[in-house]
Amino acid sequence: MRNAFADEITKLGATDHRLVLLSGDIGNKLFDKFKSGAETRFLNCGIAEANMMGVAAGMALSGLRPVIYTITPFTTTRCYEQIRVDACYHNVPVIIVGTGSGLSYAELGPTHHSCEDLAIMRVLPHMTVMAPADEVELRQCLRAALKQDGPVYIRIGKKGEQIIPKKDDHFEIGRSITVREGSDVCLIGTGTLLPTVLEAATLLAAQGITARVESFHTIKPLDSDTVMQAFSNYSIVATIEEHSRIGGLGGSIAEWLAQQDRMRGRLVSFGTDDDFMHEVGSQDYARAKYGLTAQNIAEKVQAAYAKAVA
Amino acid sequence: MTTDIPELKNIASRIRGRIIATSHQTHTPHLGSCLSCVDILIAAYFSTLKIDPAKPSDPERDRFILSKGHGAAALFQVLALKGFYPEAMLKSYGEDGGIFAEHPPTPDHLPGIEAATGSLGHGLPIGLGMALAGRIKKQEYDVTVLLGDGECNEGSVWEAAMMAAGQQVGNLLAIVDFNKWQATGRSEEVLALGPLVDKWRAFGWEASEVDGHDMNALTEVMGRKRSRVGKPIAVVAHTVKGKGVSFMEDDNNWHYRIPTADEVLAAYKELGVTA
Repeated sequence: MRNAFADEITKLGATDHRLVLLSGDIGNKLFDKFKSGAETRFLNCGIAEANMMGVAAGMALSGLRPVIYTITPFTTTRCYEQIRVDACYHNVPVIIVGTGSGLSYAELGPTHHSCEDLAIMRVLPHMTVMAPADEVELRQCLRAALKQDGPVYIRIGKKGEQIIPKKDDHFEIGRSITVREGSDVCLIGTGTLLPTVLEAATLLAAQGITARVESFHTIKPLDSDTVMQAFSNYSIVATIEEHSRIGGLGGSIAEWLAQQDRMRGRLVSFGTDDDFMHEVGSQDYARAKYGLTAQNIAEKVQAAYAKAVA
Repeated sequence: MTTDIPELKNIASRIRGRIIATSHQTHTPHLGSCLSCVDILIAAYFSTLKIDPAKPSDPERDRFILSKGHGAAALFQVLALKGFYPEAMLKSYGEDGGIFAEHPPTPDHLPGIEAATGSLGHGLPIGLGMALAGRIKKQEYDVTVLLGDGECNEGSVWEAAMMAAGQQVGNLLAIVDFNKWQATGRSEEVLALGPLVDKWRAFGWEASEVDGHDMNALTEVMGRKRSRVGKPIAVVAHTVKGKGVSFMEDDNNWHYRIPTADEVLAAYKELGVTA
């Protein structure tokens, strides 16, 4: 995903001379092509994220389109007040990209995990929040973000993520993409867990339960039309995210649901626990620890469905 | 634009009188912090900045950021007198639903404001971003950022200082309103602030110090916003908190105290102004 980011930002920067790339001392070599085409518009801001966010806001206030790139905790929690005041309060077009989000850097320990970013970004006024599933969605997110006049946060994975084939490549901020049709349950995924969600749908199909799968590349603004359809038409709606069950996609939909008249659907949310992971492990290990596997999702959804139709 | 020093001093006294009256009328605190930076603001807005109040969004304008946002009561008076908005607008100061709060609002809510400050340590990074934008866009403007000495507690100030020097930003001027106090104590004692001029120098800036109430010296040093050697410029301005009114000077109670009607009149008398 990060190679796709470098490639897409290089293409966009070649034609949009307002685009400035700010890196927090990462991506050595990754941005060589960008630099060779636009040397003055690449700035390594060092390991000083609070300043980097303020610099980006100052640039955006001066008519540029800064894109900030560093590892997720450092471009979110580390400089949160600068995001809130400099980018959101001023409502300027700063694009914040968090790489290696969720449990991508599981081996590096909780200092490098980010299972709170969607929650804290989502609560900020003016902020658009996106979590593309693969590099195709990432490129679409970036192109759409550059057309926004306010701040945008995009959380991405690391590398080698599977590309999910889709029938329709129409992309719009705040409109989810249907990846698979089904009539019994609805699985709403966000970010790079989408292949796991599709696998869960396949496991459910083997049990005679057909699942619709939605890719929610945008967390905010919430695609409330699709959410409304899901809770109207399906008895079980599951959210799946590599993020805390507090405050992310599941949290957002729970807030929405609580304000509606009685709906048909019941919400089942999958995400990380309200805890830090103290043991060592790969991303797959970490996902499994929090139940973010196709097997576990399929089992829990099947049980909830059985209860709902009983 | 003027280099008429007596006239600049007159303007400063009038602004001081208005700030004190407004504090009394609206119970706006931070009087001492406002009075210490008045002369710097006057030197900037009435002598050295390349700005046109009729064109507050001119891409080529000089930028000025009051990073010590709690000096807003001073800035609001200066911008009104400069003509960015009618002085009558200030009658709504502190009123419910008004725009004049204790800190500057965002630029799209009040002409003349370049950044909404109030949380300390934000102005220098934003100003650096503006200075870098000018370089990228090949524009000629300069950026001035006014910091408080207490504000220099914030790490983001020094992050920005390092990046500005690393990028050899030549169109950035930082002025520290060194009034020797922060909210609850002497700024040299709360944290180890000094030696402040040497600190900026060690961070790669072209640094100097000036009497922050000497209008001659201020207009001279602030007029040289561009370094000849591609370095950002820092000016440590020695100031007195509560400057201009004997019973407020260097008394940190006036960080939060509100003057009585009698104190306003006594201040007017000392400043040689009527209202």
